[in-house]
Amino acid sequence: MSELLKVPTMAEFMAQGKQPEVLFWVGCAGSFDDRAKKITKAFVKLLNKANIEFAVLGTEESCTGDPAKRAGNEFLFQMQAVTNIEVLNAYEVKKIVTACPHCFNTIKNEYPELGGNYEVMHHTQFLKTLLDDGRLTIEGGKFKGKRITFHDPCYLGRANNVYEAPRDLIQKLEAELVEMKNCRRNGLCCGAGGAQMFKDAEKGDKEVNVERTEQALEVKPEIIAAGCPFCNTMMTDGVKAKEKEDDVAVMDIAELIANAQDL
Amino acid sequence: MQYLPNIVFAIVLIAGIGFFVKNVKKLARNIKLGKEVDVSDNKSQRWKNMAMIALGQSKMVRRPIAGFLHVVVYIGFIIINIEVLEIIIDGIFGTHRVGLKILPTSAYGFLIGAFEVLAVLVFVSVILFWIRRNIIRLQRFWKSEMTSWPKNDGNNILYFEMVLMTLFLVMNATDVHFQDLNSGNVISQFIEPWFSGLSNSTLHFIGRGAWWVHIIGILVFLNYLYYSKHLHILLAFPNTYYGKLQPKGQLNNLEAVTKEVKMMMDPNVDPFAAPPAGTENDVPAKFGASDVQDLSWVNLLNAYTCTECGRCTSECPANQTGKKLSPRKIMMDTRDRLEEVGKNIDTNKGEFKDDGKQLLDDYITREELWACTSCNACVEACPVSIDPLSIILDMRRYLVMEQSAAPTELNNMMTNIENNGAPWPYNQMDRLNWKND
Ligand code: SF4
Ligand code: SF4
Repeated sequence: MSELLKVPTMAEFMAQGKQPEVLFWVGCAGSFDDRAKKITKAFVKLLNKANIEFAVLGTEESCTGDPAKRAGNEFLFQMQAVTNIEVLNAYEVKKIVTACPHCFNTIKNEYPELGGNYEVMHHTQFLKTLLDDGRLTIEGGKFKGKRITFHDPCYLGRANNVYEAPRDLIQKLEAELVEMKNCRRNGLCCGAGGAQMFKDAEKGDKEVNVERTEQALEVKPEIIAAGCPFCNTMMTDGVKAKEKEDDVAVMDIAELIANAQDL
Repeated sequence: MQYLPNIVFAIVLIAGIGFFVKNVKKLARNIKLGKEVDVSDNKSQRWKNMAMIALGQSKMVRRPIAGFLHVVVYIGFIIINIEVLEIIIDGIFGTHRVGLKILPTSAYGFLIGAFEVLAVLVFVSVILFWIRRNIIRLQRFWKSEMTSWPKNDGNNILYFEMVLMTLFLVMNATDVHFQDLNSGNVISQFIEPWFSGLSNSTLHFIGRGAWWVHIIGILVFLNYLYYSKHLHILLAFPNTYYGKLQPKGQLNNLEAVTKEVKMMMDPNVDPFAAPPAGTENDVPAKFGASDVQDLSWVNLLNAYTCTECGRCTSECPANQTGKKLSPRKIMMDTRDRLEEVGKNIDTNKGEFKDDGKQLLDDYITREELWACTSCNACVEACPVSIDPLSIILDMRRYLVMEQSAAPTELNNMMTNIENNGAPWPYNQMDRLNWKND
């Protein structure tokens, strides 16, 4: 199956003297984390299916610097940013799509001041435009009528006011979208942001991801949909902690759509 | 001797206002201890935010009950205080209900009648507020930072308003002349019977007493503000004007770091050359913030504006799961420390003498700072556009860039980014391996 994936790099496009329509920024999680790699592949399958001319940076991609910045290491962040911007600008990149809200936020909001100006989209926004333009169609209702709840990633929702694109996609699946008690701008963090992913939590009564998973389980979903590889990990762990992994799946929106298509 | 009351009144008034102005000056000076930031952009959006958020209370009403009661008290209090204008004129010139001489009786009656109704509405709302705080004990008013002064402060103002509203109604009820007009005494006519049987001179005495306590109460209230979270009734306006306009996820890029990074990355710069003259001033003495002077003046304005409502804390994921972090406490600590620094400057004749303390550790602990997920729930929740996250981030920057004091796991993460371009110890050359997995 995977040998069918077409994943051209910017360098290859450049060698042919061509520009892709969009650069797919994979991100560190999407490149290295076993769970997140599945999301990456699902998204690529959709891009292939829709015949999108896209490219990745591959080995030329590096961490955006988001966790370093939020941990307080502005030096490291800016070093990463400037290096990445040099690469992106050398390829004259105009448009970027990414499945990671942290990469999305950093490149969209924090890179411009440092010389990196691009049109940046979250993969749910991008998929939405593909559907709207008829370049991609969702057929087959594998998820028809299923109860799906969406966990708003802080860095997509509150941080950038993107609330509707992922929900529109879920609705396109003819699934039953159920909202948690904290959703949209009142969404509760999964606990991974601000570099928390990379350290143990401070002492408390509970882990944040468990609290959030409890909120999700309250609405009795069959699937918890996520739009961020870090949220995905946190919610998956939460579901395991609640011993519900047999009843409730945690899936990225890209995976939902790819699965509905049996890609 | 007949001018004695007028003179006393003028003295009380001038003293009250004078003391207030003095405190406002101190407030401005303290806020200016913060670092300069450019907030001159996007004026129209800023005015709009102020109109919507401060004046229109758009974020207050997201919690409908508190929001509605707050709007009643706010509008009521402002409108009733138009009456203060009459009080001041009467006080200075020794007139009585000067409004009656200017306006037709019916118009005057309409105004005072409206004030009386509002006074009752305010009174009822304030009672409900008090019940929420003290009997229902809404969780956010009973967190660990809400002890002693912060707790009493919230109640004090409620008592204040109850007393002021009562005095206003009593003042009207005991005014025989006003009651005889029978115009505008919509509420006070029902209070009048409580005083029946008293002689006219006693009534007059009570009325004058209420009048005096009312105006003095208002002056005390005015001066109480500086010491209280109720400063927000004034500062909410500038604070929403200067509030953050960028997307919430956008954290500022430190300019001083940008310069250094550019130098480091520029192959034409000789790293061992002495910096050209004049540039040493460009590099700040300190990266990040360990004390209030290192924060921006907007952060400090934020701290004075905080209403201690705790909406931020009740939305904070760290706080909800029992961690030490409370964004409200971050703001209260910043204000407390700023006040301490201000007093230090006052006693040392305009100069800050090192007191061996700072915001970091003495007020805000590292444990609190490291518990933040930068989720922006606090920023979203704040009804007056306060940004606790930017203070947390600046203090983390100090910990990491000045003290190299990040938790070990974060140091590992940062080393990995530095060496491999990813927060995990994988090789950058393996970045595309997923393709063939
Ligand atoms: S940004 Fe930090 S302080 Fe604010 S709500 Fe989120 S975790 Fe709490
Ligand atoms: S920061 Fe804002 S939300 Fe938090 S207590 Fe202060 S005023 Fe309330």
